[in-house]
Amino acid sequence: MSTLLDVENLWVRFPTRNGVFDAVRGISFTLGRERLGIVGESGSGKSMTGRSILRLIRAPGVVEADHISLEGQDLLQLSEKEMREVRGKRISMVMQDPKFSLNPVMTIGDQIMEAYRLHSKASKSEAYAKSIEMLEAVSIRDPERVMRAYPHEMSGGMGQRIMIAMMLIPNPEILIADEPTSALDVSVQRQVLDIMDKLVRERGMGLIFISHDLNLVADFCDRVLIMYAGRVVEVCEADKLHEAKHPYTRGLLNSLPRLDAPRDHLEVLQRDPAWSEAPSVSGRS
Amino acid sequence: MNMLEIKQLDVWFGHGHNRVDAVKGAEFSVPEGESFGLVGESGSGKSTILRAITGLAPEWSGGITVNGERLGKQRRKSFYKTVQMVFQDPYASLHPRHSVDQVLGETLALHGFRDIDARVVKLLDDVGLGQKFRFRYPHQLSGGQRQRVAIARALAPEPKLLLLDEPTSALDVSVQAEILNLLVDLRKDRGLTYLMVSHDLSVVGHMCDRLAAMRHGEIVEIMDVAALRGMQAQHAYSQELLQASV
Repeated sequence: MSTLLDVENLWVRFPTRNGVFDAVRGISFTLGRERLGIVGESGSGKSMTGRSILRLIRAPGVVEADHISLEGQDLLQLSEKEMREVRGKRISMVMQDPKFSLNPVMTIGDQIMEAYRLHSKASKSEAYAKSIEMLEAVSIRDPERVMRAYPHEMSGGMGQRIMIAMMLIPNPEILIADEPTSALDVSVQRQVLDIMDKLVRERGMGLIFISHDLNLVADFCDRVLIMYAGRVVEVCEADKLHEAKHPYTRGLLNSLPRLDAPRDHLEVLQRDPAWSEAPSVSGRS
Repeated sequence: MNMLEIKQLDVWFGHGHNRVDAVKGAEFSVPEGESFGLVGESGSGKSTILRAITGLAPEWSGGITVNGERLGKQRRKSFYKTVQMVFQDPYASLHPRHSVDQVLGETLALHGFRDIDARVVKLLDDVGLGQKFRFRYPHQLSGGQRQRVAIARALAPEPKLLLLDEPTSALDVSVQAEILNLLVDLRKDRGLTYLMVSHDLSVVGHMCDRLAAMRHGEIVEIMDVAALRGMQAQHAYSQELLQASV
């Protein structure tokens, strides 16, 4: 399998009053044309990992790594201007809540067309046609009307499909999806995931899927990294997630209430300080 | 005896052509000591029912009877001794500049208790926080700890009916397990009645004895938990919900 992205020894640090806080502590992984899941609790560093690939960590936060290579090119060596060529065009990102990632005072059409024209020399009418096509690809009925609409006129599920359309229109090689469905209802969740899955497959893209939902990741991804306190504690094939060995992963799985196995008390995760001390497991394949 | 009876409840927002009917003709009752769940998508009206009961939704019609007393437009002080609510987001439901001691102390004072000091200590013990959290501010607490404070505040007037509006959906699964265990124990120890709203069917399956599935403001089906576990929903929509959550 060809490697799209290769991350080696990634650290994300934030200086605070009480010394330096390490949000991500030396993780390594590779991404091919596959769906890679990153799961963990809040504060485990999963979103920071996603953001640091695009160098979206703001100062005073610091990203350090031996390398973050996109097809052999080290992203950490690029200037800010060169980095803008990467963002959106080669790697793009879908965030959690469409309410906060769409511009509220621009029509959806203008936003999608802007995303497309920023990275290609297409004319306005070409961009319009392409946008319509893309909205149809994410199963939006009546795309002409949606192009004229403003974000507040859209439901959460539609907003997230629009975000996906916007992020995929420059045809990037890698899509980073940070909790793309957590703000959506279960019934809409499935629909949005199916659309994302179909597009990622058809285009042979690499997908990094960041989520706190173990079952969703087990269902949807090929390979999963489990993060705890800034480190990767376990890597496994997604369909074998339920056979995971690490006590943290087991604890998370057992703390979920289950319809088919009722009990009076749920299992409570007992945290072991040794987990955060153990070195990171490599996510290279 | 029924702790809560809801009859032909309509709740709406706005007037004229802006009127939105959030709840239409809801009917159910919760016997004393039972835990009843409301499930459905966002916008289905499940939280609105809770808000109508507590008096946070001003415009409603129909009958709400709590502990044998039919509610009017105004809520009496005794009502809030019987019914308390725990909200979804523990980050938004605590005053950022009030310490835990102030939050609980004020609630107790409002409800006319005298032995406030002893009660604050007891409440903190009951929700598993202990003394050392008494003088902390919300920003010094984790999400799970904040939700415990919110539960302690709800327990302060010694209510009989707790309204739980997605009490764990803002929390991590490991913390969710702790809070759900706490709620199960509290109900057992104090003989509380729960009305719980959640979009997560497995949480409702864990916590509740019976549940109602809602869609577009209407209750489409009321079933018991055995039917839920056995995947035996009658209505097409509740079947769909079940399928989506397994």
